[in-house]
Amino acid sequence: MKPKKILGSNEIEIILNRLSYQLIEDFNSFEETVLIGIQPRGANLAKKISGLIDFLNPDNNLKLGFLDITFFRDDFRRSKKVLNASSTQLEFSVENKTVVLVDDVLFTGRSVNAALNAIQSFGRPKAIKLLILIDRRFSRELPIQPDYCGLQVDSRLNQKVIVNCKKYDVYDSVYLINDDNG
Amino acid sequence: MMIMDDLSVNNLLGIKYLNTDDLKLIFKTADNFKEVINRKIKKVPSLRDITIANLFFENSTRTKLSFELAQKRLSADVLNFSSSGSSISKGETLIDTVNNILSMKVDMIVMRHPSPGASVFLSKNIDSCIINAGDGTHEHPTQALLDAYSLQEKIGYLENKNILIVGDIMHSRVALSNIFAYQKLGANVTVCGPKSLIPNYISSLNVKVEIDFKKALNNSDAVNMLRIQNERMSETYFPSIREYVQQYGLTKDILDSIDRKIIVMHPGPINRGVEITSEVADSEQAIILDQVENGVAIRMAVMYLLASKLK
Repeated sequence: MKPKKILGSNEIEIILNRLSYQLIEDFNSFEETVLIGIQPRGANLAKKISGLIDFLNPDNNLKLGFLDITFFRDDFRRSKKVLNASSTQLEFSVENKTVVLVDDVLFTGRSVNAALNAIQSFGRPKAIKLLILIDRRFSRELPIQPDYCGLQVDSRLNQKVIVNCKKYDVYDSVYLINDDNG
Repeated sequence: MMIMDDLSVNNLLGIKYLNTDDLKLIFKTADNFKEVINRKIKKVPSLRDITIANLFFENSTRTKLSFELAQKRLSADVLNFSSSGSSISKGETLIDTVNNILSMKVDMIVMRHPSPGASVFLSKNIDSCIINAGDGTHEHPTQALLDAYSLQEKIGYLENKNILIVGDIMHSRVALSNIFAYQKLGANVTVCGPKSLIPNYISSLNVKVEIDFKKALNNSDAVNMLRIQNERMSETYFPSIREYVQQYGLTKDILDSIDRKIIVMHPGPINRGVEITSEVADSEQAIILDQVENGVAIRMAVMYLLASKLK
């Protein structure tokens, strides 16, 4: 099967704007809310959304951070790939804050599970929400669902969703491809 | 900069066996762990299904504590063994001792041993992951890694930097591991000390030898001061400690008399007033306590990367 284009740059832009508006609607000035991107790809998306929120609602107190989950993953020594870490940049405590976790694709739910564990090292949040660009529903291995979702995609296990991003803030396209290795 | 995502070795026996990419990968991973150990909650679950035995056939404070802390921060299960009061005194061989410990389903061995080459010997005779925590006068790889990492943190990439190692080069495993590590990172290494404490073969390592301490300091970006290893000396190598201090002790006067600000390192334990004065050891130029902090991050990185290769 040829790679199937699910989203183009215009559609992604509309979706990200919608998600940003949803966050603004729910959290207003973001006094008690922090946006945390899961490294590596969720970090880009979080940056992009934070930029959109700044543009749409300049008067906000949104704090942005990046969380690396490598050392909390449950597939250490179980996958063929060596798990190499990215950096965690959280300059604030999440104690009593509402955390919005951001990632590009939600698949098995294991990365988000690792993020839920990792975030505990930085305090006890009041609540944790999940924002996802692409939700590959029907492939979850853990009971984890997004609170803010860009697009739901039905895909098979041996397929991959590729989110192409030129620079951190320029999203090109989303493709569904067949993964021969998987 | 492209960094490999896997170590080229399955054991850490010495810096000699690592390549430059290995060093860079360990440093990059240590960066991540340094961030972890500065969190409020300093523990990650990565090695929760790994058991590590620390076998110390020789005394150690810093290294042992550092390894143990690193293991606990990684959530590994830890077994501690020291040779005093053990079956070693009943005549058991090293291989038997270690095989007995491995039978208890231990995944990784951290070993310090008084005999040079003990960890290489062990790696040839047993099937487990081994980390050398110092073997006699041979190597002390994690110390060299943390030294180079700490220095790089202060002065940037070590390529073409001039690093001086002063003191008992002959009996120091830190010196040999340091020489290998700095050279693999592109630095120039000079050793300095009494002629009697500089081994004959040193020139084969492509190391410069300088007997005049002040002259050597003048050409250096950093200096690593080593302790006189009295416990490894069976004879007298210099006339008196007083004379050694006069010629090779690092004092504030000497540091002030050179025209550049050099970084002062020491692997510990320090003999204050011998190789280094208190004033220098506690000065801003000294990164001795940074070295200790980084030691935990480096050891976490080494054990994490080696554990990822365990079957």
